[in-house]
Amino acid sequence: MADIERRHRLQLAAMLVLLGCVLGLAGLAAGSEGWSPAAAWQLAWSPDGPLIVGQIRAPRTLGAWLVGALFGLAGAIAQGLFRNPLADPYLLGSASGASLAVVLVLGGSALTGHAIGITTAGAVSRLGLVGAAFLGALVGVSLTVALARGAQHTVRLLLAGVIVGVVLGAASDMVITVAPEALRGKQAFLVGSTGYLGWDSCAVLLAGLAVAAPVAWRLSRALDVLTLGEDSAMSLGLSLTRVRGVLVVALALATGMAVSQAGLVAFVGLAAPHLVRRCAPSAHGYLVLASAGMGGALLLGADVLARSLLAPQEIPVGVLTAALGGCYLLWLLHRRPFA
Amino acid sequence: MTAHGLSAAGIDVVRGGRPVLHGVSLALAPGWTAIVGPNGAGKSTLLRVLVGLQAAERGTVLLEGRALSSWHDAERARRIAWLAQQGEAGGELSARETVMLGRVPHLGLFASPGAADEAAVQRAMAATACEGWAHRRLHELSGGERQRVLLARALAVESPVLLLDEPTTHLDPPHQVAVVRLLQRLGAEGRTVVSVLHDLPLALMADRLVVMADGRVQAQGSRDDAALHDNLVQVFGGAIRIARAGASWMVVPQL
Repeated sequence: MADIERRHRLQLAAMLVLLGCVLGLAGLAAGSEGWSPAAAWQLAWSPDGPLIVGQIRAPRTLGAWLVGALFGLAGAIAQGLFRNPLADPYLLGSASGASLAVVLVLGGSALTGHAIGITTAGAVSRLGLVGAAFLGALVGVSLTVALARGAQHTVRLLLAGVIVGVVLGAASDMVITVAPEALRGKQAFLVGSTGYLGWDSCAVLLAGLAVAAPVAWRLSRALDVLTLGEDSAMSLGLSLTRVRGVLVVALALATGMAVSQAGLVAFVGLAAPHLVRRCAPSAHGYLVLASAGMGGALLLGADVLARSLLAPQEIPVGVLTAALGGCYLLWLLHRRPFA
Repeated sequence: MTAHGLSAAGIDVVRGGRPVLHGVSLALAPGWTAIVGPNGAGKSTLLRVLVGLQAAERGTVLLEGRALSSWHDAERARRIAWLAQQGEAGGELSARETVMLGRVPHLGLFASPGAADEAAVQRAMAATACEGWAHRRLHELSGGERQRVLLARALAVESPVLLLDEPTTHLDPPHQVAVVRLLQRLGAEGRTVVSVLHDLPLALMADRLVVMADGRVQAQGSRDDAALHDNLVQVFGGAIRIARAGASWMVVPQL
């Protein structure tokens, strides 16, 4: 029994590595002309090759994997922390915080007479928006934790997350009412897109993953202990406040990084840990890392599809993950009828 | 005060504006002590105070002669193991991984389990006869099987003091008897075992009994103490009768 489970875990790990590589190659080959390995091979050796493949497709492909990995990791942390398989990385107000920050930057620019739209802003405003979204996500989470008076009580944290989400959402709407130009930019930024990922984004995302993943892995035993309930965890000598605090920071960091670079990508954070649990049930040490691999593969797969399905038209990857994620949940419901 | 002793003096607990414990004082020595009493008597709250999960408005808890609150979390956790009433266990952990969590007070969050930890887990699982499904996920087990795993988790701490809230919940009669034998054995080995029990015939096999009602200790003494039996009948409103059956006691409904 244990051997079978160990084998399942190894198989899943190998499959995730293989899938990452195959999808990575597919990501290099998928372009605005559709998906064609032969055309990609020709393009790679053409004069435009270094620019299109090396500067556009390669960082976008790696970036999509990294964003997905951060969402998958954040989802596994959130589900363990809140002991709820339906928890997602946005629960603590990071989405609404990032959204408000982006609206403030865009609306603020519009109000001061330097209107910028997401399509025209390009590289100039990109850094500002990314920075604002990241800070916004962190501020959203900090507000939630402050409102919950620390990270000791799960229910209080969840309620505070809901309140922060509603209030910051209302604030975003207020800014948009005053500066309607911000709406289009907000939609474009937060719909979830991997189209803007460059090498600089990859470096930032990689740094985020390099910090958040080891922290989550090192604290995975705390997530295991939490499955026994908060009281039992405390009776085992676990300092809930401290451990939760560190995990909330790792969660906020992973979510904030991913949202700031790619917007609000739906369902990857929710679905990746689910898929890992279905394929290879395990303790949290394996779960958090495999969820990162699964999230990476999911978002990279969705990105390749988003580029290829209606080429040269591109579907925002967030729309695609929402549609696919919704279908997955429906399938889950269908497979497990309520007793 | 004995080396493993745990004692409480003048404990008052108020919850939701309602007093739950009034001036509870008791000294728990090595051996098996069963806490009994009607619903809402404050038995579980008392265990939570003794393990440090519930703060008392007034009163002190001493562990090995030192105030419980002055112990470092991990030190305290190595000395007192607690089993929750209706213990939760979600997630995807296997039975064995769950029992291994009992070693967290010794390992902390980062150290890898060594041979001593593996042996402690093995002993705990053998004591509650749950090795047979060591690799099954907890959510795949029946209520009784899960309860035995959670009891093994508490045993795996190998602490001198064991506080067990309803350890026989969901267990069938053979396994209830097995748990009673286990608690007797642990008590005889010099561990301080305290269990809240609703099953009075099982509780009357403990070395000592503490009878609680309305947040107060009404009586305490040995299982053969006639005054304690009278008190027990009284706190249950005369709904039971205690009669001798060989070397042990039988509790029957008083119709």
